[in-house]
Formats: sequence, C-alpha cells, structure tokens
Amino acid sequence: MEWVIAVAVKVIVIFTWALLTVLYITLLERKESAVIQDRIGANRASILGLRLNGFFQPYADALKMFFKEDYTPPFVDKPFYYLAPLVSIVFALIPVGAVPVADSIGLFGRKFPLSVIGSNVGVVLILSLLSLAVYGVIFGGYGSRNKYGVLGGMRGTAQAISYEVAIGLSLVGVLMVFPSLDLNEIVHLQNRYILGGWVPLWGIFLQPLAAVLFLIAGMAENKRVPFDIPEGESEIIGYFLEYSGMKFGMFFVADFVEILLLAALFTTFFLGGYNLPWLFTEGFHFPWGGSLAMSPIIVRIVQFVTFNIKLWIMIWFLLLVRWTYPRYRFDQLMDLGWKSLVPLSIFNILITAAVMVVIR
Amino acid sequence: MRLFIEAVKGLGVTMKHFFLNMFYHILRFFHLSHKKGETVTTQYPEEKRETFTRVRLRHRLLSRDDGRLRCVACYMCATACPAQCIYIEAEEDPRNPLEKKPKQFIINLGRCAYCGFCVEACPEDALRMDVHVPEISEYKKEDLLYDIDKLTHW
Repeated sequence: MEWVIAVAVKVIVIFTWALLTVLYITLLERKESAVIQDRIGANRASILGLRLNGFFQPYADALKMFFKEDYTPPFVDKPFYYLAPLVSIVFALIPVGAVPVADSIGLFGRKFPLSVIGSNVGVVLILSLLSLAVYGVIFGGYGSRNKYGVLGGMRGTAQAISYEVAIGLSLVGVLMVFPSLDLNEIVHLQNRYILGGWVPLWGIFLQPLAAVLFLIAGMAENKRVPFDIPEGESEIIGYFLEYSGMKFGMFFVADFVEILLLAALFTTFFLGGYNLPWLFTEGFHFPWGGSLAMSPIIVRIVQFVTFNIKLWIMIWFLLLVRWTYPRYRFDQLMDLGWKSLVPLSIFNILITAAVMVVIR
Repeated sequence: MRLFIEAVKGLGVTMKHFFLNMFYHILRFFHLSHKKGETVTTQYPEEKRETFTRVRLRHRLLSRDDGRLRCVACYMCATACPAQCIYIEAEEDPRNPLEKKPKQFIINLGRCAYCGFCVEACPEDALRMDVHVPEISEYKKEDLLYDIDKLTHW
C-alpha cells in the first residue's frame, strides 16, 4: 500500500516537474534565440500587469495552442492520425521518468529511488522506449495521407534508426566504465574522486569521446535543427503537416520533452547526475580535510537542485547549438551517422577496453 | 576534423553574442548601465525612438501672434497636393477685409501621401509637417479627416 502511494506521489511530482521544465524550455528557447540574434524576446504576457520579463509567456502560448481550431482533414487515416501525437509524447515522457533526480530515500523501511521507474535496467529501458518514439513519426507521416507527410515520416524514421545505433554504441563505453544498467547506480559510481580527491570521476572525464558522440547522436535523435530534415521547414513541412491545434501542440511538446530527456541523460551519464562534488549521503567531505554533516533530506534537496542546474546548463547548450547551425543535407546526415559516429563509437569501445585491460 | 573546428568556431560566434548581450541585459536590469550591447530592439509603447528632424508626419496649422490662423485660404496647398486630399472653404476675414481666412480646412490623412508639397507651396508658412508623432491612427475612416480644430491642436 505504501508502495502504491509512494509511486503515485512520484508520478505526480516528477511529471509535474518535467512538464514545468518543458514549459520553461520553450521560454528559454525564445529568449535565448532572441539574445543570440540581438533581440529581446517575448516579454509582453502579463498577469494583472505583472510581466516579469516574459515569465508567463509559456502559459499564454499553451493557452493559445489549446484554443486553436483542431481540424481533422477528411482524407486522413483516422487510427494512425490520432495515435501519432500520443505515441510521440508518451514515448518521449516515459523515459524521463527513469532518470533519477536525487538519491534514493529510505521510507517505511524500504528504499525508494527518486525516479518514477526505479528500474535496474534503466539504460536498456530508455534506449528501447526511444526507439519506440520513431512510431510517432512514421504514424504521423503515414496517417496524414499526404506526400510531404510521408516523406517527412520516412526521413525521420531513417534518421532516428541510424542514430539509434550511434547512441547505443556510445553508451557502451560508459557502461564499460560504470558497470551497471541501473541509472542510479551509474550516478553513484560517478561520486568517486581521483587525483587526491580533487577531480570527480564523471563520465565526461573518463569518456570524453563518448560524450561528444552521445550528444551529437542525441541531437540527431531529437530531430531539431541542425538535424531537422524530417521537418525541413522550408521545403516539406514534415510528418505533422496535417496536424493543427493541440494535436500539433503534442508533437511540439514532444520535441521539447526530448530536449529535456537528452539533457537529463547527458547529465546522468556524463556530468555526474545529481552529484555535487564532495557531497555524500551524510554531507560534504572536502579533499582539504573539512567536512560538513547534513541531514538526508537536505542532501536530497541539494542533489535535486544540483541536478536541475546541470540540466539547465545542458538545455542551454542544446538550444545554443540549435540556433547556430544550418540544416544538414540528407546524405550528409547519413554520412555523419554511419561514417563518423558509428566507427568513432566502436573505436571508443576498443580504446576503453584497451585502457581498462592495461590498468587492470 | 577541420570541419569540426569550424563548427566549434561557429558555436563561439553565437556564444559571444549571447554572453555580450546577456552581460549588458544584466547590467541594465540592475540599473548599472543603459547600454544595450548589440540589441537593437526598441520597446515601442514605453520607449520611443527619436524621429529625424527632416521626417514628414502630421500636419499642423500655425497661428499668428494675435491668435488668428496664418492661413489666408489661397488654395496653393490644395492645388499642389498630388493626392487631392486638402479641402478648403474660404470666407472673408472680418478683422481685415483685405484678407481671406479658411472657414473649413480639411486634410484627409487617409489619402495624404506625406509628400510635403503643401508645405512647400504655402506662401504664408502656415502649414507645416513637423509634429513628430507617428501615431496617426483612428478607428473610423471619417476620423481621419483632420479639420482646423485637429490641425491646430497637436
């Protein structure tokens, strides 16, 4: 019984957190692009004259999306057409639930991991759900009964499937260094220190190549500029061509959820997850000898805040990339995937294995 | 590899813009500086850009020292107007029987092309276009017929 309540609370709290983050990613996207392009950005939405420089803009955007006309063209393939946005958003949101936002807490004599799905095969789960997200794209394209939609869907599928390989292979290196499929355990293993305790043993220091590869492949999986050929705004609108109103909004939100997911995964695998350097379960242990005891709850809160800060830095970086590069051509994209990322990730596995053998 | 370096350089350009502009935005937020960095936005209703002195906007009718209009209803402006948007009805000036004065002077700003020919044509320097207010907008077309009352109160 307690277990059910705990899971229900976790579902509500963590998905609320995720969706709020997604809302503010849209705001950050607008503001950051504005600042990059020497503009100011949306800052007019106000509640009772309170503007806060655009703080309420995401709510206004969401409200607008809800009140738009939701038109279903008469020629569409109804089941697929209605299923596609759902599939997109559900398979983008569920993996977010597998990411631990803080260390597990002990309640009622049991251990509760602070992620909705405290699975011990979290990595596999996330990878498989990510591949299922492709169905959102292909259903959307196929169900629209529109040539451009089908083209976009095919492009998206080809892209997602080929970059799936690169993502998986780049994660193999990480899993070799942190031998666990449990995300919480991977984060735990990153809370070790080398060089006299000064440098944390984060994934990015152990697997720099894998970090770059994972980031690039993840961005391609995300289907945003510079890898937005499924959309290709200027030539084909893409797989959501025939969607309007909130059905389009769900595709749109799924995009941003995937940004959140990518940033969260990168943080977990390479930036030490929720670890603040030298913060352990009982408090800080500094390498210069000092220590600071803290109660477990405070530690969890600090970890959650740390995780969020790392997450936002990653999101900021992803948006920076999105507002910097032009789009890849399809053949360039395939070349990058199959001729650079996959060989490099295999090379990374070999190097990692060699180094591990030598060290042992 | 060379491509990768160039790509990172490109990232540097956007990052430079971001941090430079953000730096000035933060300084401005704490009222430490009024510089905007490279941001070009003008927050329009609150913040207005200075108009250039040569810009031609709303018309106005000037008055003499004793309060009478300078206009003598000579129809020069109405003749010069390429859009034919000036309507003048003249009457005798009771205070000086040698002069006329406009009984009605209406400029249809909905038709006006803001060419400034009327200002050039005016022999009395009675009409000018130097009201630097760009908000010439009305809810109804009829309200765009600016009469003496509107033209003397700007």
